[in-house]
Parts: sequence; structure tokens; C-alpha cells
Amino acid sequence: MKVVIMGCGRTGARLAGLLDAEGHLVTILDIDTYSFRRLVPDFGGTALLGNGIKEESLKKAGIEEADAFVAVTQGDNRNIMAAQIAKHIFNVPKVICRIYDPIRRELYNTLGIEAFSPTTIFAQMLKERLEK
Amino acid sequence: MYIIVVGGGEVGYYLSKALLDEGHEILVLEKDPDRNEFICDELGSVCVRGDGCEATTLAEVGTGRADMFIAVTGDDEDNLVACQVAKYKFNVPRTIARITNPKNEAIFKKLGIDVTVSSTNIILEYIEQEVPTHPLTHLLTIRDKGLEIVEIKIPPDSTTVGKPLKELSLPPESVLSLLIRKEQKPHVPTANTILQAGDQIIAVTTPESEEALRAALRGD
Repeated sequence: MKVVIMGCGRTGARLAGLLDAEGHLVTILDIDTYSFRRLVPDFGGTALLGNGIKEESLKKAGIEEADAFVAVTQGDNRNIMAAQIAKHIFNVPKVICRIYDPIRRELYNTLGIEAFSPTTIFAQMLKERLEK
Repeated sequence: MYIIVVGGGEVGYYLSKALLDEGHEILVLEKDPDRNEFICDELGSVCVRGDGCEATTLAEVGTGRADMFIAVTGDDEDNLVACQVAKYKFNVPRTIARITNPKNEAIFKKLGIDVTVSSTNIILEYIEQEVPTHPLTHLLTIRDKGLEIVEIKIPPDSTTVGKPLKELSLPPESVLSLLIRKEQKPHVPTANTILQAGDQIIAVTTPESEEALRAALRGD
């Protein structure tokens, strides 16, 4: 599977490492090359400097042939915009997006964007732990 | 009309001031406390501190009854999301987004934003008009129809000078609407009009055929 990941933070870098280790073709985008230090030393994919909300950067990352796109930058709105470009402009079959704000996540889920809110998931997990 | 403006920077401030003068009900959403205070001091209590992308904030300021929603922050992605939340969660009939990257115009349209205003494109167009040697100037875009009105100047060294228009292979999508010539009244050119150095031609064309039109008229 060919995957484009936007945002090389802890989550993005870790996901890139996991997919690469399983033999997937991974390209990871970030606007700061310093972020690529988070990638594992034997990362075999492509680390590319670029902004995922710009069409040209996405094209350079190979979005046109990608099977999946994941948006995990720190900015909810950047993730939302990039995910919509991937889905509606480049017709990427699988698009996943992180949205911290639970209300915004709900809205974009109803608009057909597969989104997860770490806020909701983690809060729920903590609550369950506390109740044990 | 009740109009919500997201972003209280220079654009948001002057826009709100102009809309207030026209007698509209205005509410500005601005995250920055200093900017918020400035707008309230200058325009009265029309500014609320908050994030224009957050549905709870938008609910508080009564977005459900807004007639228009205008997002003019400096970040395209924030303007996109604010307008989408207003449109899809609160059913605001008209959403307008400011964009800085001109390429986002098509994307925003596809993602449901009613109107986009590209500050970069507007500045470029104005500067183009002031550059006297610029071969083709964009005067107006008719968005819904995919048409544009352009001006083309014929320089003295053009190979088309002295030729009638019927001998030029003009792209079929283009219509020459007006000829402006020194010491003459502007008039509609015909097939027999002979081009002269210094002629200014106003034409209706499509973005795809503007290059072909320029090349045909100037003989480039």
C-alpha cells in the first residue's frame, strides 16, 4: 500500500515507522525538516519537506497514486483542509484525519471525512481506568 | 442583515467598520484579547473573543440566524473550516472566505464555500494594470460562467500591425468586444478592422484560451 502521511510529529513519525517496517511505501510530509529526527534510524520511506495543504506539495508526495492519506499535524484545521483535498480533489480511496476538537470531529464525520479525536478517546480511556 | 466576521485583523476591522456604516448588524470574532479590546473601543461592543471555528462559540453568538458569514483571518485553512462549520452546522445561506493562496479558489469552491476573495490575485491584477508593457491584463472575472474580460495592447513591433482581424486565427471561445484607439471613440471591432500599433483591445475569453488569444493578436 502507498501511504502519504502529513505531519512528522510523534504520531506521524511512529505511524510511518510501523507501516514502513511492514513493507508499505510511505512518504511523510512536514514543513520543518527538524521534525524528521523523530523517524526511526532505519526508516526506508521518503521524508519530504512540504506543506500538505498545498496541491503541489501533495503531488510531489505522490498523492495521485496513493492508496491512503493520513493527516496528523498539530492543527485541526490544517488536517481537515488537507484531508478534504486528498478526498475530494485527488480521490484518495482511504483518508484519515486527526481532529482534537470533538465537536469539529463530529461535524466532519457527518461530512464524510473519517476523523478521530484523541481528546475523546483518551478521556474515555482514563475514565474507564479510574473506574476499575 | 446580521453578518458575522471571523478575524479582527486589518481586513476584518475595516470590513466591519464599512458594514456597520451601511447599517448592518455586525459581530466580529477574534481570538486575540488586545485586538478584541481595540475593536470594541473603536466600533462599540461588536467584538466577541473566541475561535470562529468552534461550534460552541458560533452557537453563543447566534450563528443560526446569521444571513452572511465572512472569514477573513490570515490563514486559508482557518477560513475554510470556519465557513464550513457555519454552512453545514448552522445553515448560514452565504459564506465568504478570504484566501491568500490563489490556487485555493477552486478547492474552496469544490468544498462548498460560496465566494472566495483572493487578496493575492487582486493585488497582482492591480499591479499588472500599472505595468505598461504587460501584454495581457485581467480586468474582470465572471466566475459562474468561467469567463474573463482582458485587455491586450498591440505594440508597434507586432507582426499583426496592418493586418485585418479576419486574417488572424483567434480562438473560438474569445470575443473581441471593444477597440480603444488614440484620437478615436472606442468602438466594436469587425472582421475588417485593421490593427494599428498602440491599439488596446478588450476581449471576453476563457482562462484556457487567453494565451492563444494574446499570441494571435500580437503575432507572438
